[in-house]
Amino acid sequence: MTVLTDLIAALSGGALRIVDLTHTLDEDFPVMVLPPEFGQCQPFRAEEVSRYDARGPAWYWNTLTMSEHAGTHFDAPAHWVSGRHVPGGTVDAVPLETFVAPAVVLDFSAEAAADRDFLLTAEHVRAWEAAHGQIPTGAWVLLRTDWSHRVGTDAYLGMEADGAHSPGPDASAIRFLVEERDILGFGTETVGTDAGQGAHLSPPYPAHSILHGAGRCGLQCLANLDQLPATGAVLIAAPLKVRDGSGSPLRVLALVP
Amino acid sequence: MAARGVFSLQVCGACGHTMYPARDACPACLSTDLAWRPVSEKGEVIAETTVRTSIDPYFRERTPWRVGTVALEAGPTVTAHLHGDVSTPGLVRIAAKLDKSGNAVLIALPAQETPHMNDDPILRELTATPKHRRVLVTDGRSLVGQATARALVEAGAAEVRLGIATPWLPYPGQAEIEADAGVETTPLDLTSETSVQKAAAELGGKTDIIVNTAGHVRPGGVLAQSGLASSRDAFEAEVFGLQRLAQEFGPGLIARGADGDNAAVALVDVLSVHALTNWNAFGVHSAASAARHSLLQCLRGELRAGGVRVLSVFTGPVEDDWHQPLPPPKVTPGTLAKAVVQALEDGIEESFVGDIARDVFTRWQDDPKVLERELQA
Repeated sequence: MTVLTDLIAALSGGALRIVDLTHTLDEDFPVMVLPPEFGQCQPFRAEEVSRYDARGPAWYWNTLTMSEHAGTHFDAPAHWVSGRHVPGGTVDAVPLETFVAPAVVLDFSAEAAADRDFLLTAEHVRAWEAAHGQIPTGAWVLLRTDWSHRVGTDAYLGMEADGAHSPGPDASAIRFLVEERDILGFGTETVGTDAGQGAHLSPPYPAHSILHGAGRCGLQCLANLDQLPATGAVLIAAPLKVRDGSGSPLRVLALVP
Repeated sequence: MAARGVFSLQVCGACGHTMYPARDACPACLSTDLAWRPVSEKGEVIAETTVRTSIDPYFRERTPWRVGTVALEAGPTVTAHLHGDVSTPGLVRIAAKLDKSGNAVLIALPAQETPHMNDDPILRELTATPKHRRVLVTDGRSLVGQATARALVEAGAAEVRLGIATPWLPYPGQAEIEADAGVETTPLDLTSETSVQKAAAELGGKTDIIVNTAGHVRPGGVLAQSGLASSRDAFEAEVFGLQRLAQEFGPGLIARGADGDNAAVALVDVLSVHALTNWNAFGVHSAASAARHSLLQCLRGELRAGGVRVLSVFTGPVEDDWHQPLPPPKVTPGTLAKAVVQALEDGIEESFVGDIARDVFTRWQDDPKVLERELQA
């Protein structure tokens, strides 16, 4: 067990630190907004059951109500129609190895700041690899846009008459990551893994469509990606084990050297 | 009838004699065929007195208080509260109002409108007029909420605050309402306990009138929808939203029911007339509205402890996106807003806005069971 004792020693000694990549689940956190004729994403709600009062004198607890896709959350392959037949595609059946894996961070915050509809292409990913080395097989690829800094403002969703405006990948980037680099999943700071205008790409919502169709997972509404190195971090992201679930809010941590 | 703003007296079906106070048999012909019918509001004050002292704590704080004897055109002579602009002898218009305890009383108003007649202290006690009062309108994301806020400003409200849920999401009319100097927007989401608590902490002590315009209209009945997600949203907005609002603001309203000139006076709720009888084309929405109606009846009893009125404004289909496929007549947000102001100015507990709401109410009074069948598509 020397690996684990070394790990604990590194954590307590400061050689490794834990970065929280999770937003606080609160009632004001924005959720995905669909056209009103579709079913909607239930935002996070907490109703107090008792708080050391007549309803329960010595204990405090709440009832939580939320979508599987509220707050910082995990998308299982079954979330998307392209992944509906993926074996083990629901959140309770995703292999455990997916939940603890190396993470690489693609920093395109400058590009996203300049263009809120910035699209990450395969070319961008290759250029990133030229600077930081090839993305290892079985990694989580996290797209840093600094979008988490916009939470609490209109600019987070960028919702307008023609839909949301936020950065994301195009199909070439996701195909490259899945087919050439065999990633486990793709994570973003925005409310979805796709760009705000992702419906107009081909295929529509390329990240959801291609990732989940290939049995890969998604993470969204991540925070603190600006505290991670480009390579060398380990991601810990274990969703709730919900029977036949399509996803789950979760605590996402990174171990950082 | 005072609860609906109608002046009615018992009229004998056999001889046509109009009587007051209420009887079991007609004093003219002894018939028991007595029905409450709207009668002439005209009358003449023939005598008056001024109450200068009282053992009743309510009146003790409000004396001097004028009371008069009014000979009604309809026949009987009644005792009524006197509006300040009424002189004796003089022609008056008699109106039935609810007092702070929810009981019907009569007030003699000037026969013709007089300047600022709604500012009369006795009339203000018998209504919930928004003039000089501080109002919170709950749902500014809807055009109904926005129109209501503007109508209240126009009616002379001292302050009008307009709740906005999910402020990170733009809404129709946003730029105009934010630029409106008379209306102040404030974060408020009735589906969130935390949000309502925050709003009550900030505004609970200085809100005299709450107008709840929030709702969740979707077409479809029980079988037309699969699953309960949309129904849950409807009940969250229509029923539990009202309940959260009342739980957080209600105790403050009751405590401030007699708080001098800045007293809390009313909770107004705008709901579908299909609360009375289900319309299966909007069946789940009707069910949520029925639950909302029942909660309002409950709250009416609870808030009466503080002399705070609960006013239900029933509407037919509103001119909005969710009623787009329906043929006219529909209620415009402006009409609904005016009806809210009217309900407050008259202090009436139940008002019905638009042709459909009035028609449904009339048929419901005739026979709810027949109406149920007639409404089914």
